[in-house]
Amino acid sequence: MSDKSIVDQVRETQVWKSIFRHGPPNNARNRAAIVAGNVFLHLHPIKLKKSGVQLGYTWCMGGLTFFIFLSLTVTGVLLMFYYRPTAEYAFNDIVALREHVPLGIMREIHRWGAHAMVITVWLHMFRVFMTGSYKPPREFNWGVGVILLVLTLLLSFTGYLLPWDQLAIWAITVGSNMAKATPFLGHGGPGATLAQIGDFILVSDKNDVRFQLLGGRFVGEPALLRFYILHCVFIPLVVGVLIAIHFWRVRKDGGISAPL
Amino acid sequence: MEALKEFVNILSGPQYSFTLTLIMFYLLMKYYRIIGTKKFAWGFVILMTPVYLWFMSDDVFRTIIATPDNIPISILLFSVFFFTWLTVHKAAINDERIEAGECPIEGLPENREKVWSWPNLVYNELFVIIAGTIFLIVWAIIFKAPLEEPANPTWAPNPAKAPWYFLGLQEMLVYFDPWMAGVVLPVFIIIGLVAIPYIDTNPKGNGYYTFSERKMAISCFMFGWLVLWIFLIIIGTFLRGPNWTFYGPFEYWDFHKVVAEANINLSEIIWIKMLGTTMPSNLIVREIFGIFVILAYFGISGAMITKKWGQDILEKTGKIRYYFFLFLVLFMATLPIKMYLRWLFTLKYIVALPEWELNL
Repeated sequence: MSDKSIVDQVRETQVWKSIFRHGPPNNARNRAAIVAGNVFLHLHPIKLKKSGVQLGYTWCMGGLTFFIFLSLTVTGVLLMFYYRPTAEYAFNDIVALREHVPLGIMREIHRWGAHAMVITVWLHMFRVFMTGSYKPPREFNWGVGVILLVLTLLLSFTGYLLPWDQLAIWAITVGSNMAKATPFLGHGGPGATLAQIGDFILVSDKNDVRFQLLGGRFVGEPALLRFYILHCVFIPLVVGVLIAIHFWRVRKDGGISAPL
Repeated sequence: MEALKEFVNILSGPQYSFTLTLIMFYLLMKYYRIIGTKKFAWGFVILMTPVYLWFMSDDVFRTIIATPDNIPISILLFSVFFFTWLTVHKAAINDERIEAGECPIEGLPENREKVWSWPNLVYNELFVIIAGTIFLIVWAIIFKAPLEEPANPTWAPNPAKAPWYFLGLQEMLVYFDPWMAGVVLPVFIIIGLVAIPYIDTNPKGNGYYTFSERKMAISCFMFGWLVLWIFLIIIGTFLRGPNWTFYGPFEYWDFHKVVAEANINLSEIIWIKMLGTTMPSNLIVREIFGIFVILAYFGISGAMITKKWGQDILEKTGKIRYYFFLFLVLFMATLPIKMYLRWLFTLKYIVALPEWELNL
C-alpha cells in the first residue's frame, strides 16, 4: 500500500487530472490556475484589493442578487414542468403544486426569492451610490445596472400575474392601467384625444400601449400568455446578456471600486 | 393606551408622518456623525424594540404586518434602517479621518493590499450562498406563498394594490394623475438615475464612504430613495385601505369610512372664489394662472436657485450638466410640493385640462 492519503491518490488519477488541470491550492501558481482555468471562477480576477472582499464595504448585495437570480432560474424551470399558462389550467396547476407535492417549497422559494431579489438589487444600488462607485471609469456600468434594476422589477411584475388568482389579476390591472395613461400612446393619456383624423381615432383602447402589453382591453388569457413568455423567456434572456456585460465591465473598469 | 393608539393613528397620517420623515431626514444629514456612532445605534435599537413589540401586540397592526406578501416590506424596512446606519457609520469615521488629513479606511495600505481570489473571495461567496440558501429555505418553509380566490375579472377586490415595489408610484396617484405618477415620473426616475454619473463631476468619494466630500449628491439621492421612494411604499402598503383611504396602523379597515374630499382646482380658486366670476370657456384662458405657475416654478425659481446657490456648480460642471440637474431636482421636488399643496389648501390640480387628459 502506498503511504499517500486517499485524497492525493484520487488527485493523481487520470479522471481527476482530466477535469481539474491544476494541483491543490497550496501555492500561488495553483491558486491562479484554479481561478483562470474554471469557466465559472474565471469571472473573478486572480487577485483583488482587500477592500473588495470585505463584507462591510461591499455588503455582497450584487453577488446575492446574482445568486438569487440563479436560484430563481432553477426553481422557475422546475415550476414550468407543472404549470400551463392558460386561463383554464393556470390557477389549478398552482393549487395542485400546493396540494399534491409533499414538502413542496419550490413556489415559495421562487416567490420569496423574487421579493428578496428586488430588495437586494435596491440595496446594491444604494451601496454603489454611497461608495461613489459610479464615478469614472464606471459610468456606463452604472447605467447597465439601472436597466438591470428596471428589468428585475419587470420580471417580478410579469411573474406576479402567473398564479392567476385575484391578487394577481388585480395587481396587474392596477399596474397596466398606468400604460393607458401614457402621453400620446395610451387612450387615457394626454394628447390621445388630439390624435384624431376627422372621425377616425388614432389611439383607442383597441390599439394603445396597454392593448399591446395585455393583448386585449383587460387582463385576460392573452395577457397571461404574454406575461408568461416575457417572464420565462424574453426578459431572462435580456437580463442574462446584460448581466454578462455588467460583470465583464466590472472587470474591465478595474474591478470593484477602491480609493484611487 | 387607547388614547396613545389614537394619537399614533393621527400622527401616521401622510401630512404628519411625511413632515416627520422630512425632519428626521434633515437631522440625519446634519447630525450624521452622532447617528453614526455605535452608541446611538444601540440606543435606537433598545428604544425602538419595546415600541415595535407594543405595535405588534395590536391585532389590527399584526394582521397587516403578517400578510405574507407584506413580509418583504418589513425585511426591506429593517435592512434600509441597518444599511443607512452602516453607510452613515462608515462615512462618519472616514470624514473625521479626512479632516485630520488622513486617508479613508478603505485607502489604508492593509486594505489596498492585493489578496488571492482563491480562497478569499471564493470562500466569501460560498458563505453568502449557503447563508442565502438557508434564509430562502427557512422563509419558504415558514410562510406559504399567498394564493387567493381564482381570478375573477368581474369582481375587483378593494383595495386593489399593485405589487409592493410599485406602491410608491400607486401612492403618488393620490397627488398626481396616472400619466404623471405612472409614466412621466418613473421615466424621469430612470433617466435621472442613468444620468447621475454624467451630472456628478465631483471626483472625490470614489471607492470609499464619505458624506462631507459629496454633500449635494448624497442628500439628493438619499432624499429620493429614503423620503420619496421607501416612505411612500410604507404608506401605500401598510396605511392605505379600501378606496385607498388612509388608515392608521391601529385602525381597523372599515369599508364604510368616509373621508370628505373637497379638493379644488387652482382655476376654480382664482376665477370663482377670488374674482367672483364664472369659469372662462376658453381652455387656455381658464388655466392661464396654472400654466403661469408651472412655468414660473421651473423658470423663475430655477433662476433664483441658480443665483443664490447654483453659481458654484454651474461653473464647475458646465451649462448642460447644471441645468439638467436643476430640472431633475425641481421635477423631483414637485412631488412633495404637490403633497403639501393638497394638505394645506386642498388643491387638486394646478392645471386642470380634463378635456385633454392633461392635469397637473
